Amino acid sequence: MSDAFISRLGERVREAAARKSALRIRGGGTKDFYGASVSGEPVEMAAYNGVVAYEPKELVLTVRAGTTLAEVERVLDAERQMLPFEPPHFGAGATIGGAVAAGLSGPRRPYAGSVRDFVLGARIVNGKGEDLAFGGRVIKNVAGYDVSRLMAGSLGTLGILTEISFKVLPKPAEETTLVFEMDEGDAIRQANQWAGQPLPISATSWQDGVLRVRLSGAAPAIAAARTRMGGQESRDAAHWHALREQQLPFFRADTLWRVSVPQTREPLDLGGARPVVEWGGGVRWIAGAQDPLALRSTVERAGGHATIFRGADKSAGAFHPLKPAILKIHKRLKAAFDPAGILNPGRMYDF
Amino acid sequence: MEALAATPLRTRTLEALRQVEPALIIIDDEEGLRPFETDAFISHRATPMLAVLPESEAQVKQVVRACRKLGVPVVSRGAGTGISGGAIPDPAGVLLVLTRMREVVALDALARTAIVEPGVRNLRISEVAAPHGLFYAPDPSSQIACSIGGNVAENSGGVHCLKYGLTTHNVLAARVIDGEGEAMEMGSLALDAPGYDLMALITGSEGNLGVVTRVSVRLVALPERTDTLLAAFASVGDAARAVGEIIGAGIVPAALEMMDRIVIEACERAMGLGFPTGAEALLLVEIDGAEEEVVAEAARARSILESCGATDVRVAADALERERLWRARKGAFAALATILPDFYTIDGTIPRRCLPEMLDRIYELTREYGLLVGNVFHAGDGNLHPCIFYDANKPGDMERSEELGGRILELCLDMGGTITGEHGVGVEKLRQMCSQFRAPEIECFHAVKRAFDPDGILNPGKAVPTLKRCAEWGGLHVHRGHVPHPEIPRF
Repeated sequence: MSDAFISRLGERVREAAARKSALRIRGGGTKDFYGASVSGEPVEMAAYNGVVAYEPKELVLTVRAGTTLAEVERVLDAERQMLPFEPPHFGAGATIGGAVAAGLSGPRRPYAGSVRDFVLGARIVNGKGEDLAFGGRVIKNVAGYDVSRLMAGSLGTLGILTEISFKVLPKPAEETTLVFEMDEGDAIRQANQWAGQPLPISATSWQDGVLRVRLSGAAPAIAAARTRMGGQESRDAAHWHALREQQLPFFRADTLWRVSVPQTREPLDLGGARPVVEWGGGVRWIAGAQDPLALRSTVERAGGHATIFRGADKSAGAFHPLKPAILKIHKRLKAAFDPAGILNPGRMYDF
Repeated sequence: MEALAATPLRTRTLEALRQVEPALIIIDDEEGLRPFETDAFISHRATPMLAVLPESEAQVKQVVRACRKLGVPVVSRGAGTGISGGAIPDPAGVLLVLTRMREVVALDALARTAIVEPGVRNLRISEVAAPHGLFYAPDPSSQIACSIGGNVAENSGGVHCLKYGLTTHNVLAARVIDGEGEAMEMGSLALDAPGYDLMALITGSEGNLGVVTRVSVRLVALPERTDTLLAAFASVGDAARAVGEIIGAGIVPAALEMMDRIVIEACERAMGLGFPTGAEALLLVEIDGAEEEVVAEAARARSILESCGATDVRVAADALERERLWRARKGAFAALATILPDFYTIDGTIPRRCLPEMLDRIYELTREYGLLVGNVFHAGDGNLHPCIFYDANKPGDMERSEELGGRILELCLDMGGTITGEHGVGVEKLRQMCSQFRAPEIECFHAVKRAFDPDGILNPGKAVPTLKRCAEWGGLHVHRGHVPHPEIPRF
């Protein structure tokens, strides 16, 4: 099945390239809202699914891109392992290929690493219809440029992911959540102070005067950390799931901005908007419309970038504008991987 | 010397470099250039046309621009500790030596980041971070000397990668001058940056995509406690099984190192550690983190080692004892060098479960070549460093050791691994790149390079072979199609 599917996919891409006809790559369609909308013939990847290889003792998993995230997590869970970057699903059909292409990581990201940190290898079909493999199935590998990590977050604009290898990790034995009453500035400072100590922190969030900290690890380590950190213990594990999947009432707003700044930045002046803070201060969600230019200039001064995560009006660009030198490299990379410009054109920027 | 003849191009390059402001340190005499002939891949050498030692990004930018205008290659060099020949000069090019850019620009303890110039030594970062309870995790064995710029170029590893990751996991941002002499900031001090992940490309690009003039690194908390165990096994298979069992039990050790009998015997002779005679493998396990966690996990690791047949387990109770246990690992190469003066270290990675079979195959090959090989592995991540000993004074010995090295790397590919885990391709493994990758993949690498360096002036001829050379070497991709382990995906 593998070779037949990929060679058919290659043919289809070559044929579309010859006609200069755009392709819209889709897994489960759960993240269609993310980035600019793309028109083009859909390339459905969900049919290309299944685990290619999984060796729990190697901590390495290889899966076809159309495998659902739910299936990947089920397979890992049976061996008490996990995808450490805790990707959001945003719907039942979410695929692993879509998760990598979107490059979105969940609450554990600042403490464990991002999607790209756990990608070991990728097989792709580029815009010329070529079946290419980069990286590998081993943890250490520096042969060739790291094209497989480049795929993470490139939103299908450089190639169609067909198979991906990941480093996976054991699931922590225990998890608990500590709750603290604190204002935003104190919460950000405190989360960063703790992050610089050998504490088993695996997630933080702040909203409306409440800082939540998730601890993950061996029972004695969690107990010791609890004594050291104080706070109230909460068994509300559902909070982290609801946060990751944006099911908290806060996220129901029509427009949602994702602001990414260095973790220690003071609370931003957002004209009264009250953010949800994640990632130890690294991500600040803002609900409701903002003046894109004003917000982006504030965020840029703070050393970060701002994305219109959800919203009907993305005329200002879903993603933060790139600096000219970086933009030059982007356009050339796009032309190198997809000379006809047919893979998800315009999904990220206007190329 | 031929290379130093006053060719018009050399004169014109020298003139152009003298225009750089503020004035740049230029080395143009034979005597001064000789120390730069090679890096730590000492079997290959070349004298650069000229060498420059910039002290600022502005100078680097002007050097790249001047060289681009003249079509002169630019080879970047840090401390010169690379062992794949990535910094070997181009005889018709300028060597850009970055060791004078060695300022720690900023350290933010709360944010756990440091901003450093490329010539800052790896260990220096951990030294300045230590008072804040932090350290820079990647620790290549040359960390006392190697520079962070070189680490980024090579995506350097170390013994603690399984838990803490490679350079690519520990650098946040970089200022880079591309092949057109344009400066750009890649990555971010935030946890992500808009657009493509250019940091993924620049890290490990072996000086082919840009010159790094500033690096922002992530610092992590120093562990509260570190426990080290050293176990002896009667067979490599038992030791390999113990590695799998430890990881299968949900323990992620900070280090998991294995040594084979040849190394053990050499260590025994040189250091007298008193291990049971007949031990075929030594396993060094290091667990670090929060006090309570380490105590619990070290006890579990010990019982796993014993249940897998360890004949002797030693536990370090303090830093001094830990240092003693590590001596076997760190002193291994020195101990081996007492047997034969010259050695050549290989750097392949294989899936860990193939370890016993891999060793058997290496021993077979070693006999075939009549050479001596000692094996030291980063067993936790399957990265092996077979060390081939030879006598450079014996005609043909070095060539045979390189040929054997090539055969071992091909074996790594057969097992579903890679030809380089952490040392890079450089000039050393160009040939094996043609085995690991197919023509369209090699072509894709060249296309990536052209995006950053359209004229191909940055470190030309390193890291990625031309398709023409692959064809001359006997064709691409001899491995796919008839592999010993067809069940293993090849990427």
